[in-house]
Parts: sequence; structure tokens; C-alpha cells
Amino acid sequence: MFILKRLAYMLPMLALISFLAFMLVRLAPGGPFDRERTPASPEIERALNAKYHLDEPLWQQYVRYLGDLVRGDFGPSTKYRNHTVNDIIAQGLPISLSLGALAFCFAMGVGIPLGVWTALRRGRWQDYLGGLAALMAICVPGLVIGPLLTMLFAIELKWFPVALWESSWHFVLPTITLGLYFAGRIARLMREGMLNTLHAEFITTARAKGLGEGAVVWKHAFRLAVLPVVSYSGPLLADLLTGSFVVESIFQIPGIGVFLVNSFQNRDYLMLVGLVLLYAVLLLGLNLIVDIAYSVLDPRVRYE
Amino acid sequence: MSEVRQVEHVHLSPNQRAWRRFKSNRIAAVSGALLIALVLIVMAGPILSRPTIRNYVPAALAQSPLALSDLQFGAPSGEHWLGTDVHGRDLLSRVLYGARISLLVGIVGAGVSLVIGVLWGALAGYLAGRWDSIMMRIVDILYTVPSIIFVILLISAWEAVLKDQMARAFSAEMVARARLIFLFVGLGAVSWLTMARIVRGEVLSLRTRNFIDASRALGASHARILFRHILPNVSGVIIVYLTLTVPSIVLHESFLSYLGLGIQPPQASLGSLIAEGAAQINPIRVYWWMIIPPCGFLAATLLALNFVGDGLRDAFDARLESR
Repeated sequence: MFILKRLAYMLPMLALISFLAFMLVRLAPGGPFDRERTPASPEIERALNAKYHLDEPLWQQYVRYLGDLVRGDFGPSTKYRNHTVNDIIAQGLPISLSLGALAFCFAMGVGIPLGVWTALRRGRWQDYLGGLAALMAICVPGLVIGPLLTMLFAIELKWFPVALWESSWHFVLPTITLGLYFAGRIARLMREGMLNTLHAEFITTARAKGLGEGAVVWKHAFRLAVLPVVSYSGPLLADLLTGSFVVESIFQIPGIGVFLVNSFQNRDYLMLVGLVLLYAVLLLGLNLIVDIAYSVLDPRVRYE
Repeated sequence: MSEVRQVEHVHLSPNQRAWRRFKSNRIAAVSGALLIALVLIVMAGPILSRPTIRNYVPAALAQSPLALSDLQFGAPSGEHWLGTDVHGRDLLSRVLYGARISLLVGIVGAGVSLVIGVLWGALAGYLAGRWDSIMMRIVDILYTVPSIIFVILLISAWEAVLKDQMARAFSAEMVARARLIFLFVGLGAVSWLTMARIVRGEVLSLRTRNFIDASRALGASHARILFRHILPNVSGVIIVYLTLTVPSIVLHESFLSYLGLGIQPPQASLGSLIAEGAAQINPIRVYWWMIIPPCGFLAATLLALNFVGDGLRDAFDARLESR
């Protein structure tokens, strides 16, 4: 029931976002054909405008666009004439999603063990060292780490390729560059959650019943301690999506982030609005999944 | 008698106690000193290249960040301590110049977010009830929007309009700075959400206190209660989050400039300098002096700002002490 309610709430949100993005872009001066190398004759310009329906009133364009959207058609690109926005999404989205998924797994895989480990060794040197590493990962942005990693591992040591997205060797540096920040954030949240949970009474009970330390930490404490990390996953995914713009541009990965940034500069209206909407759908959907995961993990939270 | 006086003597205000705690936090204090040193170095650039002063300092310190020369990709030398870039410009002066712009955007943007966030949060907290839930629901919705995308949309779509308007009203020099103003406003306008939430929480708990009721009974106006009695009590928290907003805005600015959507050449910021250096990375030759200095400067600035912010938060938030 809660899920249905959330889904129903998403639709007006998406309509609002599409309306804002469409109007913001279309009301701005300058058209997609301003930057043609040869100035087009008035007839050609008129024909182009008619082809892309740029000559109709704005509201009509918007309604037409919404109608196309419902049929799953994002419309044509005015920059890449031979491609529709659907083509470009079909091409770039799998790449961007796999980069995002890899970075997410890296962040969880590094952050959670680091957080638990530092919490268990609280106050000792391992705690300070882990905390410092996490803080460094948070403060030093990907656009600093990316070029430095490339210089060190791709050019000096030649362990990994410099750029592009082909074999699994190509995945390593971009994944680390994108994931490191989130690994740091997750390590800190996990440490905090673990420290708070280890004081709880049910942990004392579990210990009193003679359970081993491993079972206490991973079976009993972990489920509650991981909650801050889960609730952070929503904003994390949002930042992961925007963070991938820079990573895609550093490593020349042909994902949708690159197309999004280019479409701003090319005034590629439908592409721009389509990609912004795509991001919005991804974000809202992922947030919903995060909320569901939250209610599964914490029996005290029930959405009625 | 003398003992009592001594006890009174060490009585400190909450802010003084927070300052003491901050100073005893070694990492934060060192970062604060480093930050002040960085700001001084960055400010020294334009002073050293003044005609009256430049005769007395080494030539390498008085290079202009915009002067072109034939020395392309020059390695660090006595004349150019950090080498030169693709157009033969001196990199030391360019890094300092870029850092100046980055810090400027960070500070002014944080100022914009301060005004919006504090007003929004204080109003929501003070009004409470239905208005509070409406205003905070708006903040919740804005949280789910990837804000950086909206900054890019705003900048790329509307800059031309503003430039036209400004060309009519102001000088040409002002128009060249339009992008900078856009960054101030745009980044500030999307960074106020956390500030609003925190201020609202504090105000909500303060507004039911006795001294507020007393003030209201004495006939104080709403504006007076809010600005004279409530906001000064929130000032510590506001300062803490302001220092934490600066690095996040510096980061966003360098992010945009890296993508070519922020500061436009020949102006530079740390982000665009890193982008220029990264563009020259290829398997044959790396011009490391184009990458390491701006990366190092950005990393050091962000680390120092974050350490100071964390230190201030620990110092002001007495609840954390018990942990």
C-alpha cells in the first residue's frame, strides 16, 4: 500500500520536473541551429524548425512531447541528426549504470568493513588511521584523484589502461575514482552506527548467552548498525549519478553523463530534457528501493 | 571569599568555552593556521606584481597569470617555479589566481546560502505548525533533485539573457564577470537546504522557551524576537555549518569548471586548471607540473576547511563531548 502511494506520488513529481526543465530550456534565448557553421537561409531554417516542431506555440510543443513520452519516445536529437534520444540512452545508459553499480559495490565493499573494523578497535591507532583515511577520501574530490591515479598507475606503472571502457581492466581506475568518496562516507557512518549499537541491551544479552564476538557483531549488531548507511544510500546514489559526469569525462567513457554535459552546450533541447528526466526517474526509483530496504531491515519502521 | 572570586573569574560564555575547545583540538587548530596561511599566500599575488613592489621580489613571484609567452610547457625553472602551460603562461601565478577565484566563489556562495538558509529555516521554525510543514516539505523535495544539474541548466540557459541586461546597465568589465556572479548565486541557491533544516530545528526548540514568552509579554514585535533573541542563540550552529558549506561550494565550482561549465578562459579556477592539466595527459609525456600543483592546492584547501569545520562542530556541540 505504501509502495503504491509512493508510486502515485512520483507521477506528479515527474510531470513537474519535465515541465520545469522543458520551459527553463525553451524560454531561454538562442536556438539549436544558431551554431551551424554556414548560416542557413531562412527557408532552410524554417524547414528545420518545422521538422522539429519548434515553430508551434510552446504549450503545444510540451503537450506533444508529453504524448511522445507516454509512448516511450524521447524524441529526436537536434545535434546528432541521425540519432534519436532513445538511441543515445540505449547506448550510454548501460555503460553509466555499470560504472555506477561498480562504484557502489566498491564503496560498500570498502566502507562497511573499514567502518566496522575501526569501531571494534575504537580509540586505538587502527581507529585513528582508518578515520584519517576515510576523511581524506571524503575531502579529496574525484577530479583530483582521477588525474593522479591515471598518472601513477596508467602512465608511470602501466598497470591499467589510461582511458575508455572496454575490458574489465578499464573498469578499475574509474570505479576507484568514483567510489572512494562514498567509501569514506560509508566508513564513517558505519563506525558511528556500530558504536551506538554495541551499547544496546540486546547486545549485552547476546554476549551473556555466550555467543562468539563474530556472531554478536555480524549477526546481531550489524543489522541495526547498518541503518544509517542504508538511509544514506538515497543521497549517495544521487551524488553517484552526478559524480559520474566528471569520471566519464576524465576517462573518456561514453556514458550518458558526457551527452548530458554536451547537450547543455549544444542547446539540444529534447536530449537535455530527456536526460534530466531519465536522471529524475532513476533517482526517485532508487530512493523508493532504499526506503523499502529500510523497512525490511528495521522492523520498528513500518510505513502505513 | 577569594576562592569564590576565583571561580567567578574563570566563568566563560558558551562561545568562549567553544573557542577553548577548538584551540585544544590540535588537528583543527593546525588546519586553521594552514588555512590562514593559504589565504595570505593567495592574496599576496596581485600585491607582489604591483609596479612599485615587483622590483624588490624575485621575478618568479611577480609573473602575470594572463601574460602569454612563447615558452610552451616549460618545466619548472628559476624564472617559472611551477613551469608554464600550453600558452606559455606562468603556472605559479595561475594557480594562485585560480585559488583566489575558487575561494571567492566558495565564500560568496556560502554567504548567499547563509542568507537564504537562515531566513527560510528561522521563518519555518518560528511560524511552526502548518507553515513549517509546508516549508520543510519543499526542502525535502529539493533534496531529491540533483541540484548541480539545475545549476548547469540555469547557467547555460539563462546566462545570455542576463548578459544582455547587464551590458545595458553596467560596463563591459562587469559583463565579463557575469559567469562569476552566476556561480555565486546559482551555487548559493542550491546549497542552503542543510542550513535551513538545522536552523529550523534550533529555532523550533527555542521559540517555546520562557525568555521568548517574557519578551513577547513585554510587547516585542515578531521581527525583534526573531532577530534579537532567537538568532543570536543559534549563531554557533550557523557558523559551524557555514564553514562546512564553503568547501562543498568550492568543490561544486571546481566540478563545474572541470566540465567547462564554470569559470571561462582566460580566467581560471582550480577546477579548470586541473582540467587543462588532465587534457595533456597522454602515454608519451606527462606535464606533471600542470596537474600536481592545482590538485595539491585544491586538496589542501578542502582538507583544511573540512578539519576546521569539524573542529568547530565538535567545539560548539557540547553533546558530542560525552561520547
